[in-house]
Amino acid sequence: MNTVTERINVKNLRIVNQSVPKVDAPSLVTGKAVYTNDLAPSDCLIVKVLRSPHAHALIKEINTARAEAVPGIECILTYRDCPDKRFTMAGQTYPEPSPYDRLILDQRVRFVGDAAAIVAGTSEEAVKKAMKLIKVKYEVLEPVLDFRKAKDNPILVHPEDNWKSLCPVGADNKRNLCAHGVNEDGDIEGALASCDYVIDRVYHTKANQQAMMETFRTYTYLDTYGRLNIVSSTQVPFHVRRILANALDIPKSKIRVVKPRIGGGFGAKQTSVSEVYPAIVTWKTGKPAKIIYTREESLIASSPRHEMEMHVRLGADKEGNIKGIDLYTLSNTGAFGEHGPTTVGLSGHKSIPLYGKAEAFRFTYDVVYTNVMSAGAYRGYGATQGIFAVESAVNELAQVLGMDPTVLREKNMVREGQTMPAYYGEKAQSCALDRCLERAKEMIGWDEKYPYRDIGNGKVRGVGVAMAMQGSGISSVDTGSVVIKVNDDGFYSLMIGATDMGTGCDTILSQMAAECLDCGMDEIIVSGVDTDVSPYDCGSYASSTTYVTGMAVLKTCETLREKICKRGAEYLGCPAEDVEFDGQKVTNLKTGESISRKDIGNKVMCFSNAPLSASEAFSSPTSPPPFMAGIAEVEIDKETGVTELVDYAAVVDCGTVVNPSLARVQTEGGIAQGIGMALYEDVVYSAKGRNYSNSFMQYKIPSRLDVGTIRVEFESSYEPTGPFGAKSIGEIVINTPSPAISNAIQNATGVIIRELPMTAEKIYRGMQENKGL
Amino acid sequence: MLTISDYVKAKTLEEAYELNQARNSRVMGGMMWMRLGNGKVRTVIDLSELGLDQIEETENVIKIGAMCTLRQIEQCEALKEMYGDGIAEAVRHIVGVQFRNQATVGGSIYGRFGFSDVLTAFLALDTFVELYNSGIIRLSEFVNRKPDKDILLSIIVRKSKRQFRYESVRRTKTDFPVIACSVVTGMVHGKETWYFSVGARPMKAALIEKQWEIPKDSPEEVIAEYAYQAAAEFNYGTNMRGSAGYRQHLAEVLIRREMSSILAEER
Amino acid sequence: MEIQFILNKKQVSVEVGPDAVLLDVLRDLGCKSVKCGCETTNCGLCTVWIDGKSRLSCSVLAASAAGHEVTTMEGVEKEAARFGEFLAAEGAEQCGFCSPGFIMNVLAMFRELTDPTVEEIKEYLAGNLCRCTGYMGQLRAIQKYMASQKGENGMAAEKTPAEEARV
Repeated sequence: MNTVTERINVKNLRIVNQSVPKVDAPSLVTGKAVYTNDLAPSDCLIVKVLRSPHAHALIKEINTARAEAVPGIECILTYRDCPDKRFTMAGQTYPEPSPYDRLILDQRVRFVGDAAAIVAGTSEEAVKKAMKLIKVKYEVLEPVLDFRKAKDNPILVHPEDNWKSLCPVGADNKRNLCAHGVNEDGDIEGALASCDYVIDRVYHTKANQQAMMETFRTYTYLDTYGRLNIVSSTQVPFHVRRILANALDIPKSKIRVVKPRIGGGFGAKQTSVSEVYPAIVTWKTGKPAKIIYTREESLIASSPRHEMEMHVRLGADKEGNIKGIDLYTLSNTGAFGEHGPTTVGLSGHKSIPLYGKAEAFRFTYDVVYTNVMSAGAYRGYGATQGIFAVESAVNELAQVLGMDPTVLREKNMVREGQTMPAYYGEKAQSCALDRCLERAKEMIGWDEKYPYRDIGNGKVRGVGVAMAMQGSGISSVDTGSVVIKVNDDGFYSLMIGATDMGTGCDTILSQMAAECLDCGMDEIIVSGVDTDVSPYDCGSYASSTTYVTGMAVLKTCETLREKICKRGAEYLGCPAEDVEFDGQKVTNLKTGESISRKDIGNKVMCFSNAPLSASEAFSSPTSPPPFMAGIAEVEIDKETGVTELVDYAAVVDCGTVVNPSLARVQTEGGIAQGIGMALYEDVVYSAKGRNYSNSFMQYKIPSRLDVGTIRVEFESSYEPTGPFGAKSIGEIVINTPSPAISNAIQNATGVIIRELPMTAEKIYRGMQENKGL
Repeated sequence: MLTISDYVKAKTLEEAYELNQARNSRVMGGMMWMRLGNGKVRTVIDLSELGLDQIEETENVIKIGAMCTLRQIEQCEALKEMYGDGIAEAVRHIVGVQFRNQATVGGSIYGRFGFSDVLTAFLALDTFVELYNSGIIRLSEFVNRKPDKDILLSIIVRKSKRQFRYESVRRTKTDFPVIACSVVTGMVHGKETWYFSVGARPMKAALIEKQWEIPKDSPEEVIAEYAYQAAAEFNYGTNMRGSAGYRQHLAEVLIRREMSSILAEER
Repeated sequence: MEIQFILNKKQVSVEVGPDAVLLDVLRDLGCKSVKCGCETTNCGLCTVWIDGKSRLSCSVLAASAAGHEVTTMEGVEKEAARFGEFLAAEGAEQCGFCSPGFIMNVLAMFRELTDPTVEEIKEYLAGNLCRCTGYMGQLRAIQKYMASQKGENGMAAEKTPAEEARV
């Protein structure tokens, strides 16, 4: 593997680091039928889920007789028809840290929208009619709706005895605890006691919806061999295979999962939200079935960001040297524990290490069950929440010290070569965070604009700053494998299990392969994931694809090159040591005789005892963090609190940029989502736990009029363990807007908002309070 | 989901009116809102072939057919000439161009929705509605009528020399308003009269009328006092988008700004 | 009920229910470019043209399209592909799910507005949500496309991304 990296680095990159358009772009921009619902056979049974109107209840009786009589109804399933074996829908490597706390259908319903029955029929009309005719008698129970009161509450969300936690994450269902932990280094109480200033604050981030444009959807059928085929919009096909085997209690060998094009995921589809419903219908009836989540279902019964409340204590001396950070995170996993034990970890492990000088840290957390929709994975995965809290506390410290918040950061930020105790003791081998911040300041004109300018008409413009980090895959867990085959005429098949969800991994992994194999992009074909034929990959999440699967591509290419040389030498009748492969032909360096890749490819298909292909896997003991700095400029109407984002300057260190245009769009998109989280997006529940934010009318994601101007640049470090020096980009980009915008509001008005979203009304109230009104 | 048993493209107004007398009949506008309901409609009546999609200007009135789209209003030169950019301002935030190519003025006015920008804007002008059965009545009267089985044919704005302003506050640029305020002033029966229409309180728009003679060069504090009075005469409520108190504050600010803008232009 | 309308310049006749929406009917007729993203007229994914104007097919009763001319991306594929090249050059199609509705409204904008400013572009397209891109890349694509179109009208010519790649 080193040899590839070394060989590649000494020459100019031809294809990597170029803005190659995505290989699937022509189909996407002409609206071709490439997504799940476009491909589903027209004779699929339509599957819908009858959902609970109560936040917490037991099903006492469920009468389906009248509903079953509706013409066209094929089957109606209740909890009595589902295996009583708990599983998790979290798409994670086995053994999953998320507890096994679900059944496909359960007698106990745990949030408004929880599944109570599954209805399948030949038409949407029939199914809807049948749903109205199902009579469910509920014993309504008191719900746990306030996550601050969930731990050790006498009302249990999961009292059942067959609840199970596979990993030591501190979970205890009899205490409503999905996870608990403490992690520390140094003497935090001593460090804080020695500080001149200690910021002691509580921050609150709400659930947020990924709101990908394509909702959850799956179709299923039995194939020639009687196996259950699943075609699904998922980020985790291999995990879905295991999840469905667990859920249906059938062997994994009975299941095949295929991933076509996906209309966005952002982590939502790292949970198996929709797959079980048509799967059980097909398994029971033998007939093809599909479920298409409505937007409403996607907003009330899905996998949003974990709501978190974070108590930060941050201490510094008079000069602004940050000496200790103490963070307690309370995370709300909702009705089920998907990603509960793991997201919370990032709230500390990816915020505290930004400050390299701290002598001590402590990070404590509880993750609690409540009777709201289950949370899941959303871009940033806990880091977003933790960074909002810690970066906001740093900005509050700057105010207390009377110091420019960028200067405070310059003093304290982690730098290349430092060891990060709060990041599992990893060393920052590549880190251009200092250059990122410097450049972002230049881009926005920080020195002229800080802290704010009065622009007349009752309006002020403030600037605010934040930094962020993330990881590149889950260290010592995430595994990506790759197969490359040489075909007739010498073209390559690149086979990956990594799931392109629109972000372009089919393209960037092809770029890497083309670079390594010294060929053009058009000489490599790549296709979507099929668990029957694709090599294993844990899936596209945790910012892993470029780094983890990318390295697997490099390793595979290196092995394949050796094999091509060997085979070429065999055909040339010389020892392998004597030949060289330049991408197009294998040449005997002694005789000058050569054989083209095309001829090799064709010869391999005649009288051959070995295929010409290679396969390698990669997993990393480390997870090198990308870094970034974001600076927001906002304009605030001092009378109304109405805030507009004017400009956002972001500079990212993702190591070598594999595809600049794709990386730029990812960054701009992540920032826009972050702006939504900061200013607009809110999941609001009624006093009884009904979700009001159940449509795009009520859950407002930003339109193009709401994001101002987003400007992105890259300041690359070189990550020695990554492909071509690359690190990840996908998640980090959502982390800076909330704290940077909060800081801009703070600098413009003196108002500090500690709960998201930062609405005009909150800012107005803050200004009133500051006036002493 | 809305279920419809029968769809009829009415050939005449008489036919439309007759069909609409059945209990389960509904007249459709742009289908933006009605479709989201869970109701069962026996007959849905489409008025699109009855020529109600025209804006006619006469010497005294601008008559807007009920099937005109919001986009037509946004781009209407006659309204712009009479009342400036305010009319376009009232509709341009509504979702998007595609939505406004489809949503009808009749649907917006007939629905008397709390969030309606269109209603808030026209209510402050000298506006009448033409109904098939009840004839022409003031919009301010129609607003408070219970929905019945009559059919709205057109919105008639009487041309008069009026200053018109429209402002709203929204959480995102294309969201429903948190508050919407329209201020109109002009001479009525020889007296300087101010009309204030405030919608999305979150209750539907209401109108108040004041014979206030405000000197053009009034200082801001004086205008603010008038705005305070005007805003205080409406009631406000709390929902996801804002509290009653905040809404009243916003109404006061927007009304003051609109009044100041009018007075400044007259100076 | 049976209705007739012109779909992508061809007369079609189709049996629809009185509450069927145009979106579903178009997809059943094979126009899979037409997507549904929200069901509540907020996202713009289902944008098609009726009599040349952008409309939201999720809330148009199919029955009311009778006698009208409906255009989906399948009917303007070449033009879509040409603009799409600019979009892809920026990487701004990303997941692609909102691309058909977005591109239909972009092409409608080019027909309605001459030389729109950035503000006009943003306002015209405000009803087209995209969760992947943050909108900046879409704007770059539109500006570059407009510059290339101007080139065709006799001013300084800009090459399409594909032409540039060939050079």
